[in-house]
Amino acid sequence: MAIDCLVLGAGQEIGKSCVVVTINGKRIMFDCGMHMGCDDHNRYPDFSLLSKSGDFDNAISCIIITHFHMDHVGALPYFTEVCGYNGPVYMSYPTKALSPLMLEDYRRVMVDRRGEEELFTTAHIANCMEKVIALDLKQTIQVDQDLQIRAYYAGHVLGAVMVYAKVGDAAIVYTGDYNMTTDRHLGAAKIDRLQLDLLISESTYATTIRGSKYPREREFLQAVHKCVAGGGKALIPSFALGRAQELCMLLDDYWERMNIKVPIYFSSGLTIQANMYYKMLISWTSQNVKEKHATHNPFDFKNVKDFDRSLIHAPGPCVLFATPGMLCAGFSLEVFKHWAPSPLNLVALPGYSVAGTVGHKLMSGKPTTVDLYNGTKVDVRCKIHQVAFSPHTDAKGIMDLTKFLSPKNVVLVHGEKPSMMSLKDKITSELDVPCFVPANGETVSVSSTTFIKANASDMFLKSCSSPNFRFSNSSTELRVTDQRTADGVLVIEKSKKAKIVHLDEVSEVLHEKNHVVSLACCCPVKVKKESDDVDVDLIIKQLSEKISEKVSGAEIHETGNCLQVGSFKGSLCLKEKCAHRREISSSSSEAVFLCCNWSVSDLELGWEIINVIKQNL
Amino acid sequence: MKLTCLSKGDGFHYPPCHMLNLCGFRILIDCPLDLLAITIFSPFPYDVRFEASEYPSDVPLDAQSPTQKKQKLERQMTPDDLVCAEPWYKTVKALHLWEASLIDIVLISNPMGLLGLPLLTQNPRFCAKIYMTEATAKIGQLMMEDLVSMHMEFRRFYGPDDSSFPWWTKNLDGEEVPALLKKVVFGESGDDLGSWIRLYSLDDIKSCMKKVQAVKFAEEVCYNGTLIINALSSGLEIGACNWLINGPNGSLSYVSDSIFVSPHAKNFDFHRLKGTDVMIYSDFSCLQTAEVTENGCNSPDQDNNSTISSDKNDENLAASLLDTEESLEELEKLAFVCSCAAESADAGGSTLITITRIGIVLQLLELMSNSLESSSLKVPIFVISSVAEELLGYTNTIPEWLCEQRQEKLISGEPSFGHFKFIKDKKIHLFPAIHSPNLITSWQEPCIVFAPHWSLRLGPSVQLLQRWRGDPKSLLVLEAGISSGLGLLPFRPIAMRILQCSFLSGIRLQKLPTLLSVLQPKIVLVPDAFNGRINHTEMKPIPMLTYSENKTLRVPRTADNPDVEIMAELASKLSWRILRQGENFGLARLKGELLMEGGKHRLVSGLEQEASSGKATGLRHWGSVAPETLLDSLVKMGITGSIEHSTGGNGSEDKCVIHITNPSSGFIETSDIGTAIITDDKNVASQIFQAIDGILDGI
Ligand SMILES: [Zn+2]
Ligand SMILES: [Zn+2]
Ligand SMILES: [Zn+2]
Repeated sequence: MAIDCLVLGAGQEIGKSCVVVTINGKRIMFDCGMHMGCDDHNRYPDFSLLSKSGDFDNAISCIIITHFHMDHVGALPYFTEVCGYNGPVYMSYPTKALSPLMLEDYRRVMVDRRGEEELFTTAHIANCMEKVIALDLKQTIQVDQDLQIRAYYAGHVLGAVMVYAKVGDAAIVYTGDYNMTTDRHLGAAKIDRLQLDLLISESTYATTIRGSKYPREREFLQAVHKCVAGGGKALIPSFALGRAQELCMLLDDYWERMNIKVPIYFSSGLTIQANMYYKMLISWTSQNVKEKHATHNPFDFKNVKDFDRSLIHAPGPCVLFATPGMLCAGFSLEVFKHWAPSPLNLVALPGYSVAGTVGHKLMSGKPTTVDLYNGTKVDVRCKIHQVAFSPHTDAKGIMDLTKFLSPKNVVLVHGEKPSMMSLKDKITSELDVPCFVPANGETVSVSSTTFIKANASDMFLKSCSSPNFRFSNSSTELRVTDQRTADGVLVIEKSKKAKIVHLDEVSEVLHEKNHVVSLACCCPVKVKKESDDVDVDLIIKQLSEKISEKVSGAEIHETGNCLQVGSFKGSLCLKEKCAHRREISSSSSEAVFLCCNWSVSDLELGWEIINVIKQNL
Repeated sequence: MKLTCLSKGDGFHYPPCHMLNLCGFRILIDCPLDLLAITIFSPFPYDVRFEASEYPSDVPLDAQSPTQKKQKLERQMTPDDLVCAEPWYKTVKALHLWEASLIDIVLISNPMGLLGLPLLTQNPRFCAKIYMTEATAKIGQLMMEDLVSMHMEFRRFYGPDDSSFPWWTKNLDGEEVPALLKKVVFGESGDDLGSWIRLYSLDDIKSCMKKVQAVKFAEEVCYNGTLIINALSSGLEIGACNWLINGPNGSLSYVSDSIFVSPHAKNFDFHRLKGTDVMIYSDFSCLQTAEVTENGCNSPDQDNNSTISSDKNDENLAASLLDTEESLEELEKLAFVCSCAAESADAGGSTLITITRIGIVLQLLELMSNSLESSSLKVPIFVISSVAEELLGYTNTIPEWLCEQRQEKLISGEPSFGHFKFIKDKKIHLFPAIHSPNLITSWQEPCIVFAPHWSLRLGPSVQLLQRWRGDPKSLLVLEAGISSGLGLLPFRPIAMRILQCSFLSGIRLQKLPTLLSVLQPKIVLVPDAFNGRINHTEMKPIPMLTYSENKTLRVPRTADNPDVEIMAELASKLSWRILRQGENFGLARLKGELLMEGGKHRLVSGLEQEASSGKATGLRHWGSVAPETLLDSLVKMGITGSIEHSTGGNGSEDKCVIHITNPSSGFIETSDIGTAIITDDKNVASQIFQAIDGILDGI
């Protein structure tokens, strides 16, 4: 059986995450994102690769959205309302609550910008969200008879999840974006040790190793503080949800401690509204925040106010969180246009900016002028601060997660090609796990685990319930093997379910009678003759000692004139003429004989013992 | 599988308790406290009560009161019969007979089932794994903390008492002691004394909760690799659940009190319980006959004695399980409570609501605030409880645990419950205790007060009842069952109007056949008390066993033998035998390691499987050896001999001997049951065996 992993987006790039995995006939779409840096048809994943006819309901079993970032959910209304996908869509409770806010915010930005044609309408968003089924963490959801999915905490943003999907015996995890360390308001990703055929991981920071984030947080706070102390205005372009809350918690707290009175603004009521959601979804935040919550809800910011457009040109310092992030359009870009020319001001860019955005241009190099989308140029004299802590895991985190889950294969998405390639080498060489970095439109196929189900008999299960260890001395070390399973026989009968029975039951199953094959011989024992009497006990005792000396691991039972090792049984033969005795060897009439027989199960053991007996005592 | 019902419980606040033996593991289901039993204690020390009855109430107790009292309580109990001592608490008696260290797993189905658990976890030998939902853990912990905090007030009266024996029972076995009291103290069979226990402390709660593994609904947790345990919503209360346990010997569902359509909690998730091998039906709610007749109240106006009952006999059996009729009925009851409270307020009387079922409280708060807002009445609502603030705050942060309509509110950015807004608008006031400093300043009568405890023995409800009991304009809202027992005794005479409410707290018996035909368990276990109450013909296709309190019921296995899952990779490496006889069969010796993983037997590649090199042990052969065929094969190997047939005389088997002459001497004896190779030449023997092995089928 194979698992096919078709990458529709975020292959060797960041943006429009969309991976379609086929497991044992079930096809799951993980994320349905939009590329913020593209204006053309490239902004959406190429859905035509899924179905030429556009019958997506039959092409896909379900969609699972990992979190509310536009590069993960941005194409969903388009896919459900324009492309007509009608099947189930799953996302966590917070993602279901917050995605519409993000989508609506983005839609408005895009429409405002150059009067661009609407990609999807407000009604599209609402209709789309009606199709969404909300997930709780760790809850096992049976999508249909065969497909099972489960969400795990991913950190990153409120409600972000990693997704486990299982069909039959084959299982995979798609991480979405995740963070392996706790931040201001969210916990670290948390997942069970699972048996996986494939792990699909993000790799935004595939080569970065970050130390403690506290110095970086301090850097950010100091940069903002310095700006406002110097009378400047600090612009923090960010999306309404996620980073805004994290940075705001940081600033609000710092403002309290340092007794700073400079106003902190949010550009739209959206973020204030978003804080309301955060308060209700407090159970998805970090342990630390949850504990504090009983006394004070950390999303009740003390120093934060709503921003008014007229304040753009108001004198005096301030801090402004403006949407959208990455300075890709809209209000944040407008404010940037006005504030960028002043050297007093500051632009703090949190997180990753995708290629093609103004944010990206500011981060790559130190441009003195920047082209805005409509052709106007802006002088950039303000300071640029790149917030150096991020809600994405670093390379160590990816390695740790991979090591922890030890999947059979890894696919990397959501990263930049060069660093993904070096992480791939690292995973292959250090963890010995095959790793793939497919580009958009490519499919990776890996084989999947299957188990054959066989009905076990009571006798076999009973014999298995107590261990049956065998010890053997190999050349250097003592080996312990458990023979339990070797007593089991897998029986396959045409057009019937496979069975496992105990060795002793096989003939019964076949309607046959057992046929015992055994060996026998009457073997001369060479004894030193001290008297005419034969001391039976002594001979048995001597033989027994000898056998235990020569034959490793033999457990010998002595009874009267008998000795027994496994199925091997030897008893002193007092018959004058024994049928099992070779005629010629009875030349010495005084010899003592041991009449032996053993089953073919102990074929070799028997001969070993015979050899010992034949030697002189 | 074995089931021992330790207690069938008594209604919503005292859920049943069972011990289950599954796959060799002992599983305790729920560990409740019988809180109704604390009604045998006086809510205040004697002298305090004396003073209290002198309390100048708004409406003075009229002169007829003493005579009325005499008539009413003739040969009956008086408040003096109640035990004046710091209360002890009654636990499940039969649980004490089980050694704590032998319990492997504890499953807690709802917050009420948690209340007795610290008494068990106190035991140093207790080492079981405890599972419950996150919401049950949180709400249950708050309920226990509230109980401890209310109990502490008693300690202030009576001072520390560390006796380990319930000394207060000494004087209760006399003849003059009322039978009802004796029955509660000593039990029906007179041996309940050992089930009385002192309450745990806050530290006990803390250390108990540390041992808990909290789960989400439908989260699969694996115990010991063997049992997969699922908590599935029961709809009874926020976080309340039923259990689905899958193991190598089949599946088991445990159905506790469940509500199909809940107005606040997540609905009864019965779909996932379909097709289990065993179903334990432990919803006893239908046996709680509603107290329609007697409500033990001597209010002058009989019309004021309203009893709301959930009993409705002639319900359409065919009604689908998810009809909204039930929930509408429940809503009507709530609306009635609200209208009664409004009536009282109109007349200038206060309302004391002692109901503490969190779902009911949340809905009542919402309804009352709404109805008060739309009316001209300006009556404050007080919620007095040490945990009210935290509990009400908590309920607005758990959309995942609520019914769909409440979840929708999250999506539109509204709080899950209406009380959020009213608390903010200062229409609902929360106070931790009756002596809270702020309460004095905002106190205003008439008012509507929500105050625990429903038993009327603990908490602020005691003082408030003292205050208002003589006021016929005031209203007392009670849990069902309180007024018929000892509940109101210490407060008599009562002039207040009394509203006794019994709310839906489980599956109605009429729905059981439909539920069973939907779920189709292979066998269902029902309480013996159901005998005669259910129509067995309706249940026909599903075998049914009944269980009784304190008897162990052994349940025969209904599941097929378990499967072993063999890794395909490993299966392809097995050496398959082709059989001469019966070409329909394929046989292979197993190798690898047998594990118990996620409730399944699995055969995976073991590390040491190649170690036992050489011939496999325990060879088995079947079929028979035709001497001629054997000799032919031997000749091909260069071994010559001759055949001698011997027909078994005197009843012995037919036998045949092949004498080997070359290369060395020996012979082969063969019959239907076996073949013996007799020679001391190892090489010859091996060759002969090869020849035989080639003729016989074997493994
Ligand atoms: Zn993201
Ligand atoms: Zn992303
Ligand atoms: Zn012999």
